[in-house]
Amino acid sequence: MSSLSVPAHVPSVAEDCEQLHKAFTGWGTNEGLIISILGHRNAAQRKSIRQVYAETYGEDLLKALDKELTNDFERIVLLWTLEPSERDAYLANEATKRWTSSNQVLMEIACTRSPKELLLAREAYHARFKRSLEEDAAYHTHGDFRKLLVPLVSSYRYGGDDVNLTLAKSEAKLLHEKISKKAYNDDDLIRILATRSKAQINATLNQYKNEFGNDINKDLKADPKDEFLAILRGTIKCLVCPEKYFEKAIRLAINRQGTDEGALTRVVATQAEFNMKIIKDEYQKRNSVPLDRAIAKDTTGDYEKMLLALIGHGEA
Amino acid sequence: MAASDELGALTKAFSGFGVDEKSLISILGKWHPEQRQTFRKGTRDFFIQDERQFERWDDRHVIQLQHEFLRFKHAIVLWTMHQWERDARLLKEALYKGPQHNVLIEVACTRSSEELLGARRAYHSLFDHSVEEDVAFGIHGPERKLLVALVSSYRYEGPKVNEETAKSEAKFLFSAIKEAAGNKNLIENEEVVRILVTRSKLHLISVYKHYKEISCNYLDEDLDGHLYLQETVQCLCKPQTYFSKVLDASMIPNVDEIKKEAVTRIIVTRADVDMKQIKEEYNHKYGVSLPNKIEDVANGNYRDFLLTLVARGD
Repeated sequence: MSSLSVPAHVPSVAEDCEQLHKAFTGWGTNEGLIISILGHRNAAQRKSIRQVYAETYGEDLLKALDKELTNDFERIVLLWTLEPSERDAYLANEATKRWTSSNQVLMEIACTRSPKELLLAREAYHARFKRSLEEDAAYHTHGDFRKLLVPLVSSYRYGGDDVNLTLAKSEAKLLHEKISKKAYNDDDLIRILATRSKAQINATLNQYKNEFGNDINKDLKADPKDEFLAILRGTIKCLVCPEKYFEKAIRLAINRQGTDEGALTRVVATQAEFNMKIIKDEYQKRNSVPLDRAIAKDTTGDYEKMLLALIGHGEA
Repeated sequence: MAASDELGALTKAFSGFGVDEKSLISILGKWHPEQRQTFRKGTRDFFIQDERQFERWDDRHVIQLQHEFLRFKHAIVLWTMHQWERDARLLKEALYKGPQHNVLIEVACTRSSEELLGARRAYHSLFDHSVEEDVAFGIHGPERKLLVALVSSYRYEGPKVNEETAKSEAKFLFSAIKEAAGNKNLIENEEVVRILVTRSKLHLISVYKHYKEISCNYLDEDLDGHLYLQETVQCLCKPQTYFSKVLDASMIPNVDEIKKEAVTRIIVTRADVDMKQIKEEYNHKYGVSLPNKIEDVANGNYRDFLLTLVARGD
């Protein structure tokens, strides 16, 4: 559920644009104003604001923001202002350009979005980058990672709840067989993760646990340093329990562990209007401290204020 | 009509693509029992002399007749269907009737990105699975990765092409094909597959053009011996040539049913897309007009329906 809070009486789009324009003019920038407006508008409203701003002031709002803001605050405001599909396309493109074997962003986008959202992201990718997402993903990744990532970003999974239990049993067995042989890059293992519906994968993993005793991710921990295993575990988490994946990504970023420093910005910007509430609950459960408090402790200034606004801090 | 002419007409009415309903009614319908017996005795192709002194229908021909009578119905149903449902059903059929790799490649590569997406949506509705999961599950050989990727593609369709990249990818394909030298596993070359499966069609047409400059042969010619890769390139870069080739190979007497089905499939699916270019290509390659060829090999309502479709956009 979204953590975004939009005021009961939203000013007109023209008013919002005027206020934003005021925030940029003169000496310095009124960041608080930017947060109070953009931080409390949903995707449709932000889209209208961008449109009217461009018509009124002859400049893309994003360009104006880029000129005026810096660092973490700029990044989160820019990411946030984009529409979800454009945002995903932007992040995916960034991930291909600076891809390394520890980068999980492509997998994250491919697996946590609904089939329809992933399609919209791919469409937005065409429009913005004049290439397809899969062509860039294929070009910039290699080896086993490419083998996994290209099918993941190309998937258009069946979205229904229908599940075939017989198939779940046989595919659980197949997964276990491959994992026991350490054949982690096996074609069938990847086939199952990249093509089956989320409901079917969920059923398969339940069968796995029933039949073989462990959670599949436990069996995939054979080598903690193996980055391919890490992305496999991430894939599974993103497909069946994304809130746990996001909680961990945020936790590691806040604690300065791991390599994904941009995770906090990315997760909040991409999830605020989707799953943030359940991610907050998960965070509280896992860390015994509310996410708001952890963010307030770890970040400062306008960046902190924007993050808190997006996760619905201070709202009931 | 003279008796021998009638015999000939009736034989034709029962052969080829579809049945000649009018002849069947006007000739067969008025024949006395003796005339029908003469027909049975005279056509060894359709009837066998049974040991118990009667002429029996050859079972295989009765089965074939069933296909021929249904050919018109099948064409009508396919034509009336929403394009998405049509492609989804073609993909599904290609999987469980074979699998027919060429049909999978044909549908995945000759539709626009949006059309293929539509087919994938319809596939969800019709079969409660994604097409890629069924293709991945149903295809087992080294061609699996190629086929799964082809049905999953959502290619960029804009005008922008990076000529430098196209040139270097053409060079790469040239050396990869040379190195493979008839070895069957070119299809497992990840880079070859990457290029064919992810690049936009305009980009691939540019690659095709650069390849000719490097190799003196066309890319699909050099892919002789690598059937699936060859068909992929043809469908992506020169679909009208591909379609006229398949049509010509299918409109041969006594060809198998699977090949025969290609005629309906191609004409129905291309009638509103590029039938005009296919006709030109066909005429150019085979020296005979496509409508004339259809007149030759097809019968009755089925023939008339095909001719109507083929004439669209004239």
